[in-house]
Amino acid sequence: MIQSMHFPDIQTLGTDGLLVRFGDSLSEPANRAALAFGAALERDLPEGVEEIATSLVSVFVRFDVRHLRHADLRSDLAKRLKAQDWFAAEMPTGRRLITIPTVYGGTYGPQLAKAAEMAGLSEDAAIKDLSEADLRITAVGFAPGQPYLGFLPDHWDIPRNAELAPVPTGAVVAAVRQIVLFSVDSPTGWNHVGQTAFRAFQPDHPDPFRLRPGDEIRFTSVTPEEYEALKSAPDGGATWGKVE
Amino acid sequence: MSAALIIHRAGPQVTVQDLGRSGTLGLGLSRGGAMDRLAIYEGAALMGQDPSCAVLEMAGMGVVVVATCDTRIALTGAEMTVTLDGAPLRWNASHTLPKGARLDIGGVRAGNYGYFHIAGGIQTQPMMGSRSAHLAGGVGACVSAGDHLPILADKGEEAGLGLSPSERCSGGTLRVVAGPQTAVFQAEMLERFEQTAFARDPRSNRMGVKLTYDGDRFGAADGRSIVSEVVVPGDIQITGDGTPYILTAESQTTGGYPRIGTVIPSDMPKAVQTPAGANLRFQFIDLEAALEVEARDAAARQSLKSQLKRLVRDPHDIRDLLSYQLISGVVSGSEEEPK
Repeated sequence: MIQSMHFPDIQTLGTDGLLVRFGDSLSEPANRAALAFGAALERDLPEGVEEIATSLVSVFVRFDVRHLRHADLRSDLAKRLKAQDWFAAEMPTGRRLITIPTVYGGTYGPQLAKAAEMAGLSEDAAIKDLSEADLRITAVGFAPGQPYLGFLPDHWDIPRNAELAPVPTGAVVAAVRQIVLFSVDSPTGWNHVGQTAFRAFQPDHPDPFRLRPGDEIRFTSVTPEEYEALKSAPDGGATWGKVE
Repeated sequence: MSAALIIHRAGPQVTVQDLGRSGTLGLGLSRGGAMDRLAIYEGAALMGQDPSCAVLEMAGMGVVVVATCDTRIALTGAEMTVTLDGAPLRWNASHTLPKGARLDIGGVRAGNYGYFHIAGGIQTQPMMGSRSAHLAGGVGACVSAGDHLPILADKGEEAGLGLSPSERCSGGTLRVVAGPQTAVFQAEMLERFEQTAFARDPRSNRMGVKLTYDGDRFGAADGRSIVSEVVVPGDIQITGDGTPYILTAESQTTGGYPRIGTVIPSDMPKAVQTPAGANLRFQFIDLEAALEVEARDAAARQSLKSQLKRLVRDPHDIRDLLSYQLISGVVSGSEEEPK
């Protein structure tokens, strides 16, 4: 077992929240456990719970303290944690595979060259890695609809930059074996390697949050001309399928 | 033509707000809603309507508005200069707003966020279960001159009521509960944190209250390795350069900076309304004590309506029909909590 003896644990967060943590650093099993436990809670909400939010390796549970006592929710959660080995949980079935056209390098991904060098790759090899990687959404958060994806091969364990640089909505950025697809214009220390016309958050869409934790994403490589043509297409030309 | 509130002029940060959204935290959109939630309940009590009604939140500077029908309004939160067709109105009170009359809400006198309530609530289209603009999240926009905000024909409840709000615009002590990362700060630093006077940085906004202080930097020994997790309103995040932020309505949903603790919800109105120039201090309390404070606070919100007092005309100012003084007079009833 690679998990520490201390996890999972349950902490209070604020006056009306409990945080179930499956680790103190990001790992595939801890993320898998958080996704599975959060999904199981959503399917069978304890009475008095108002909101569940799953992040990388933890599940936040907000509840109505007028109707549910901290101690009672804590023991309910502890019982659910003991019911199975969450670190070994299966990923849910029926997950989606979304293919998002991405233009890499040049002005669309100004830090591709630097990122490739840090990963010990040529630019072409880096694009091949990034566009063929099987990536799973490990968390949606920070900004609306914004997915964090893992995990790139080990040689992509490259650092974030100390200097922040602005990236536009739809930017694909890489660091620490992960990718983030920005849902807003934002400064970031992650390496801007490519660009999509995909908007992960569309407030006026019937389904405003386009991506969910557990979805798999492929950032397939397209030319600048193809990218420009896809800018006005729904979801930037993304196609929706199912994980086999 | 349906009834509207016509915006003739608006300060730079006027937005439609309510109590915000539930259920989007795990998708990256924080709760949002009014910064000073108590002001929402006070307005609902004054208007005799549900606290879920949408209002205008005015940061620092108000609006000039005209309604296309006779209606009623209430004003709560940070006090601002206000006149109706040139005659001053009382803040923390409800008033009639006749069709076509010009209501002019100016600059803030004390505090940061003032609130304008109207009979039935502002009727803009809900988005994801709330009418709140969430500017940081790209939902909605600021209210600006020329906007026509839909309103309802007033059912004609009582106006001319006032209340004495709990003081929250001049600083003081915020009570804090420990959280998952409190222990990454050394005990001596937690002690110094409680002994330090903080001030609001003018760069604060709806995402967070940025604080300044004199003295050695605050920081966690191992703060840079914290894995990102959900953050909640009231969390006090310490960034890499030692700056504390109290996270508020439109904060990001997750964060990897260490958080020293969480300001309890009852003290958040004070946290957001304390102006630059007044001092804020922090005091850790245990969870049991915090829950007792929260229960008392919920009871106080429910009893707001029983504390309303009728405004009467001041005999020394008899020509001014809209300038009133408070006398005692009790309106019974209780304000329901929203579901």
